[in-house]
Formats: sequence, C-alpha cells, structure tokens
Amino acid sequence: MPAAESYPDDLKYHSAHDWARIDGEEATLGITWYAQDSLGELVHYEPPEEGAAITKDSSYGEVESVKAVSDIVAPLSGEVVAVNAKVVDAPETVNEDPYGEGWLVRVRITEPSELEALLDAEAYKLLVAEQ
Amino acid sequence: MVPFAGWEMPVSYAGVIPEHLAVRSDCGVFDVSHMGQIEVEGPRAKELLQGLLANDLDRIEGGGAQYTLLTNERGGIVDDLIVYERDERHYLLVVNAGNRENALAWLSEREIRGSDVRDVSDRYALLAVQGPRSLERLGLREAAPFTFAEETLDGIETMVARTGYTGEAGAELLVPGEDAEALWQLVLDRGARPCGLGARDTLRLEVCYPLHGADITQETDAISAGLGWVCALDKDFMGATKLRRIKQAGPERRLVAFVMTDRAVPRGGMPVLEPRGEVTSGTHSPMLDRGIGMAYVPAGAAAPDTELTIDVRGKPRRARVVEKPIYKREET
Repeated sequence: MPAAESYPDDLKYHSAHDWARIDGEEATLGITWYAQDSLGELVHYEPPEEGAAITKDSSYGEVESVKAVSDIVAPLSGEVVAVNAKVVDAPETVNEDPYGEGWLVRVRITEPSELEALLDAEAYKLLVAEQ
Repeated sequence: MVPFAGWEMPVSYAGVIPEHLAVRSDCGVFDVSHMGQIEVEGPRAKELLQGLLANDLDRIEGGGAQYTLLTNERGGIVDDLIVYERDERHYLLVVNAGNRENALAWLSEREIRGSDVRDVSDRYALLAVQGPRSLERLGLREAAPFTFAEETLDGIETMVARTGYTGEAGAELLVPGEDAEALWQLVLDRGARPCGLGARDTLRLEVCYPLHGADITQETDAISAGLGWVCALDKDFMGATKLRRIKQAGPERRLVAFVMTDRAVPRGGMPVLEPRGEVTSGTHSPMLDRGIGMAYVPAGAAAPDTELTIDVRGKPRRARVVEKPIYKREET
C-alpha cells in the first residue's frame, strides 16, 4: 500500500526532494513522499557502495520506477556506512514507508556545517506546494 | 498526462503495476482512440493491399483480421498494423498513431483506379478491453482470435474485434466518436480497470509484441525482427524480393528477447556491449519482477541462454536471451 502524504517534523529536507535524519555524527537519508509519488512504484534501487564518499547536491545513486529513472541527490556530504539491503531487494518499500523502512543509506557526516542549509519540514512543505 | 503523437495520453491512472496486474488477472481497458483508421474500398481494394502488405489476404475472409506489415522497397517496415476484411472490396486498417500520416501517404500515393483510400481516424474511437475476464464482464461470447463482428452493447453499436496488444484474451471495440464516452462508462461499470500507456508498454513487452519506432522501423526488416511469419514470401509485395534474399542468406542480426540476470532496468537505446548490439525496448516486468527487454544482436548470439552484457548508464549488467514470449501464462 502506498503511504499517505507526510513530511515529518524531525527530519531535514533538501530541495531535490530528499530527507536526512540527523543522529549525532551520522545521518540516515531517503527520498520524500513527494519524490516517490512523482516517480510512481519503484522497481529498482542502484545504491552507492559502502565506504563511498557522497557530496552534497550531487547524485549518490539512482531510483527507478517503471516509467523513469531518477538520480538521488545527497542532502549533505558524508561517507556511506550502510546501504538499505531491504530496498535493494524490494524497492517498493520506499513507496510504502519512505521515512521508515524505505531509508536508502546511512552516512557518517563529513561537513557538519552543511546542515544549516537544509530545510525544515515547514519550509519544505511550502516548496512542495509550489510544485 | 504526456503528449503522444499529437494526443494527450495518461501514462497511468493509478499506477502502472496495478493496471498491468489487472489485465493479467482480470480486465483492463485502454483508450486507444489515438490509433489511426484507414479504409480501403473498391473493386480493386484487395489487389492494392496485396501489393503493399506483407501478409497474404488470401489467408483471411470477410469478418477476419490479420496482423501485417506495410513494407518499403528495402524490406523495411513503414508500419505494423491490423487489417480487418469486411469483404474483398472493403478493408479497415488500424495503424499506429505516430505513423498515421506516413501510412496514409504511402497508400494514397500508390492508389490504383478502383481502390479508394480514406483516413477515417477522426470518426472513430477505439477501446481495448483486455484480460482473462473481459468477455465475461462485457457479456460477449467466445470467438476465434482475429475475427470481428458488429454487436450491440447496451444499445451501442460496436465493431467487436478479437484482437489486442497484451497477450490476453479480450476485445477491441470500435465505435463512432460520439459513442465513445458512453462506451467507456459502460466498460468501467462492468468492472474494467482503466489503464494507461505505461501498462500498455509493459504488457506488450512481456509477450514480445514489437513496438514500431523502437523494435521495428523503416530501417529494420521483418526477417531480422522475427516477423518472417507475417511475410507471405510466395506472393509479390513491396520489398518481397529483398526479404527473400535476407531470408535465404540468413539475417546478420536478430531481435531477441532477454531477461536481466543482474538487478537493473534496461531501456531502449542502451548498448549491448557483449556481443555488440542494441536494446530496442526495455522495462521492468511486473510478472517476473525483473528487467526485461528486446535487443538486436548478431545472429550467432541469438540462441536462448546466450549471455548478454548491457551498458546500463555506464555499468555493465548481465542478461540472458530467452525464448519469446518472455511471459507465458501458466497452464492451469
């Protein structure tokens, strides 16, 4: 079942429709409800390798629906410490639970100062409303 | 909505995958009114078409339909289409939307005295009702594939053709444009799920029906594309000489079906790295839950189980050649 639209308050957002859950020196990343809804049912997740360095505003992987492929943009820079194997096996998990089971990677944050530029839920909702 | 051959078409109404599964398990309806309809009529209508269409109209009779090709001098494919024979003086051709102008010009330029070619596309709407429960839902009797008849559905006079593009049982319903909305509503009321272009593509690719403009074009010939069965090489039609030659010598490359062994979704235009070739269509198969596609590869590498390496956006990904169709309903 597709999830209902939501943008949790405890997350930080990037304008390319990605979210980050900051947890000390680490962050969990994923794509927002809006992103998965625009793409439709995901059928493939091309993750980065563990240990790879990802850079804010650059692509670190791909998600693909029946219709289209989309780059996943890093909301912050870091080193990948875990890839969600469940999403590799069952990409539709992202549609079902974009902020929970459908997370994409965990990273160790390398540029903490970048966090200030991320949007809070209210600002991101405004951005989605303009789409 | 996406623009498609001058029409605004829905990619999906409520998701490609649920629409796909509805057609495989029950019943879905596609509004394919964008497709072109060309009538060819007159005492020499059959003679004209026999010289231009690859398949042999002697294989069908009134009330029969046939999958066929409009071929050029080089054996290339101008369009693939279904011809419906009302009688030997009156045929209806249902052509691809993107090729309507081309096909019409192709036929009109070669018209002979005693054959009249008319574009009647704007007069008709076409709904494809597809899936194992389609006939039951529409209250239609069983009939042989590739036949058609005039029938009345809740007072709407409809040409009911036993044809489709999904590999499932079903019917294509041709009505005058003014009856389209009522028919669409009727079909929905009978429980058909509305389906868009997305599911139309995934369904046809699972059963390896070629898409003109992707798998077959003016530059590809029917023999290499695996459509030799559509070509009556014992009759004379445009390009027949060339096609006989290709058949005799054996084509240099063949259009094969493949299933990804690695996780990846192939797409049309991706290079096949090993052996050298090109993907013409690719998608994610909802039935197999894998990437699938068709590709031209050297004829020597066309046997089932041959391993292919496909360049998926810069990454080599493995696939395996399989027999067509890729998806086959399990006999129960």
